[in-house]
Parts: sequence; structure tokens; C-alpha cells
Amino acid sequence: MANISKRLQKEKIAKLLMQLSGILITGSLFLILGTILYKGLPHMTWEMISQTPKGGFYLGKSGGVLNAIIGSLYLAGLSTILATLIGIPIAIYLHVYVRQGTAISRFSKLLFDVLFGIPSIVYGAIAFSIMVFFGIRASLLGGVITITLLTIPIVVRTLDELLRTIPQDLKHVTASLGATRWESAKVMLKYIRPGLFTALLLAFGRAIGDVAGVMLTTGYSDNIPKYLDEPTATLPLAIFFQLSSPIPEVQGRAYASALILTFLILIIVLCTHFLSSKQKKHQT
Amino acid sequence: MYSFPILQAEETPNIISLKQPHIQIKDLHVVVEGQEILKNINLSIPNNSVTSIIGPSGCGKTTLLKTLNRLLDDSKDVEISGSVLVNGEDIYAKNAEVTHIRKKMGLLSQKPFTLPMSIFENIAYGPKIHGEKDKGKLKAIVEQQLRNVGLWEEVKDRLDSSATRLSIGQQQRLCLARGLAVEPEIILGDESTSALDPISTQIIENLLMDLKQRYTIVLVTHILRQARRVSDYILFLYQGEVIEFGKTEELLLHPKHEITKQYVKGFIS
Repeated sequence: MANISKRLQKEKIAKLLMQLSGILITGSLFLILGTILYKGLPHMTWEMISQTPKGGFYLGKSGGVLNAIIGSLYLAGLSTILATLIGIPIAIYLHVYVRQGTAISRFSKLLFDVLFGIPSIVYGAIAFSIMVFFGIRASLLGGVITITLLTIPIVVRTLDELLRTIPQDLKHVTASLGATRWESAKVMLKYIRPGLFTALLLAFGRAIGDVAGVMLTTGYSDNIPKYLDEPTATLPLAIFFQLSSPIPEVQGRAYASALILTFLILIIVLCTHFLSSKQKKHQT
Repeated sequence: MYSFPILQAEETPNIISLKQPHIQIKDLHVVVEGQEILKNINLSIPNNSVTSIIGPSGCGKTTLLKTLNRLLDDSKDVEISGSVLVNGEDIYAKNAEVTHIRKKMGLLSQKPFTLPMSIFENIAYGPKIHGEKDKGKLKAIVEQQLRNVGLWEEVKDRLDSSATRLSIGQQQRLCLARGLAVEPEIILGDESTSALDPISTQIIENLLMDLKQRYTIVLVTHILRQARRVSDYILFLYQGEVIEFGKTEELLLHPKHEITKQYVKGFIS
């Protein structure tokens, strides 16, 4: 009882530390947003999002980054869809069919943890050497394959966490009604559907923001890709190229491109929130 | 501290002899994570009656119930030996089909768990996975089962709303209806009223007593009064062994074994 003031003091210090880190992180976010707004907004023109680079664009002449916007959306969209289509069965298999705690289950979880942590340049380098071996040039397809491989572990790990939140009761209920494991799994997917969108969002976010993975495999092009085997521009690379330019006009456009990328992500986040809130109907 | 008498070897559990027991358990042993939870269970559970499994916490009541519909199969590190015969067929035989066995037994768990679907879909789920596609028939099944559990009047106008909106007592009745919709022969209840208020408890108890005319019912309960109210037979489990099995009145009023006596009197809980 005597140390109550000491305990309250500890409480105060802990609270202060939490608030400080909150302020720190919010501050950095606003700093980033502020910078790209301050530096990018003056260069943000309708031309930037409606046109592909014209001759001399990289010297400060007319044009926009529509090629990179479309390229990034293609790349991230396709990879996310593929990663989901491959990731969901893997996660379901590991969770429903493989007995928990067995060597296979533990090994696969370890495997996906490691894959999750491998930097994208490694995926890029491996995909690149495979592409060289088969004589495939840098293309949208190469990028999609690389980024899909990069995002599968994200989908699997996130889904695994979600599936773990499902009460044992659900398994017992469906099983005792005579459901097969696949039929149970379908109910499980229904149960975690609101969270499913978070998994997709994480995958998409990683896909659209990746530079290292696409640098070697996707290449860069001033044209909007029409086919999968064409080199494709991506926004992060567009930012990188423009930022390396010594011309201030081009550097400014790098910030404008960053603004576009941030805006795209904002739209995706809002869509995900909207979709996932629509799914919460049957949740307790 | 009171020390509990140790069960003597010659005190073998008594088995009620029945001509055609619905469920017959022979030499059942269950070992979970190296610990023997159920030891040499031999038992015949009679048809069309309510059998309650009672005993102190951790005596293996729920484990015994779960072995009846093979729900322990998916748990890790479980060894089951012996046999459980339902209508004379061993459900632990190598060629036994798990989903088919489970369909025969409706499970009513401790806390109602509604599937993430509407009220209608919760009940239609079972028949649907077993191949019923006709919408008219599904509607009829849903109505009939909801009437069976006395829920129809309460929910008939909101069949499409989420099952989670129901009160917990209504949810438990919904779960019972959902189990009945797959036309089981046996109803297993795992402390099915422990999360409910007294009125809902009474409703469920009355339902079970009505249902025993058509089903064989096995309940796990830790409430002696409930066992007395609803059951025809009582099985007393202690430390994984069947100590006594008999007619409700007989076992509660004239227990043959010392441990049963103490449990019934409330010394062990």
C-alpha cells in the first residue's frame, strides 16, 4: 500500500512514453506527407496522370507518368490476385488438413516466416537469373511472377493468423453436422472474410511499393503495356529515375509521382475498409 | 483435508444389461499427451432415454463425449484404443466413415456457437452439405426444426438476419435445431446449459426430455440437480474410470460406492 505513489509514477512514465512514440510516429507521417505535398503539388498537373512521357520528358519537357501508374496497377493487381489464389489454398491446407504441431506443420510455418522476411531484391535476383536462363526479357510477366512470389508469404502468414482466431467450436460444429474438412474450410473462410481484405491490402501495398523486385525483372518503358511480355514502368521506379535527375523540374515531378502513389494506396485502403466493414454482418 | 478413497481393483463398474444398446463402449482407453484420461471404459447406453455423465472436473466427462462422435480425432497427441459400437457398428473401425458417423450425432456444446450466416442458413447448412438442394424442402426443414425447439414464432419474421443477433438462450435452441436438421439418432450435450440463464436452461431441459422419445441423449453435466431432473440413467466418472452406472434415482439415493456417495453428497466437486 505504501508504494502506491511509486506505482502511479510508473504508470505516468509508461503513459508518457506511449504518448511520445505516438507523437513521434504521427509526426513522421505528417512530415512525409508534408514533404511530398510541398514539393510535389506544384508539379502536380493533369498532364502528369493523363499522359505518358513525351520526348524530352526526363529533361523537364512535357508528358506524365501514366505509363507507370497503369504499370503499377497492373503489376500489383495481378500479383495480388495470383498470390491470393495460391495463398488461400496453402493457408487452408496448412491449417485444416495438416495436423497442428507436427513436423510438417512446424516446418511450413518456419518456411513461410523465412520467405516473409527475405528482401525483395533476393526474389528479384533469383527471378532474373531464371529469366536469363530461359531467355525471357524483362517484362510485366516477369514482374508479376516475382511480385507474386514475394506476396504469397504475406497472404499465407496473414491468413494463418486469421485462421488461428477461429474458435475451435466452429470446427466442432461443422464436423458434428457431418461436414467434410473442405466444407468446414469454406465456413472458416466465411468467418474470416472481413480480415481477408486486410491480407489483400498488405499484399497489394507491398506489391505496389516494391522497387528492388521489379528493377531487374520488369524493366521500364515509356509505353503503357499492351501485352504481358512487354517491359513495364512502375511508379516506385519512376520516382527513383526522376529523383536521380539533376534537373529540378524532373526532381519535382518525382515528388508529384510519390503523391500519386500515396493517393493510390489511400484509395485502396479506403476500399478495403469499406469492403471489410460490409462483411462484418455475422460476426459476434 | 479429506482424502479420497482409492478405487479397489475388484470394484468393477456395473453394466446395465440391455438387449439392444444404442451405443456400446468396449475397453475404451484414451491417452492425451501421455496422460490416460479414460481408463478401460465398458458401457452400454440405452435407447430413447437421457443418460447423464457426471463427475468432478477433469474426470474425463467431455473426453468421453467427444470420443462418441470422434471429435478427438483432430486433436494432437491423442491415442484411442478399444471400440465404440453404434447400432452394433464400430465407429473406430478402420473403414468407418467419419463424416457419416458424426452426422448420426447432434452435438450441443457448452456455449452456443452460431455459424457466420443467417438464422435460416444456420439450419439449412447441414441438410445442404448432405445434398438437399430443393429450396422448398429446405424451407420446410427450417420451419419444422425451429418449431421443434419452439423458436419459430420468435424468429419467423427475421430468418435472414444474422444468427448472432439472437439472445444466448435463443442461440442455443438454434444450435439444437441445427443439429436436429441433419436427422441424427443421438444427441450429445456438453454442459449445454452452463452458459444459459435459468429460464433458457429450463426450456432446453424440457426440450431434451421431449426429444428422448425419438433420440438417444447423452449429456455431460456438472449440476447434480440437472442430472436428477432430466436423466433416466446416470454415469459417474471419477479419474477416468466408470465408478457407477445406474438408474437416476437408484444412483443418487442409494449409491453403491463410497466415492459416488461422497460426490452425490457434495464432498467432491
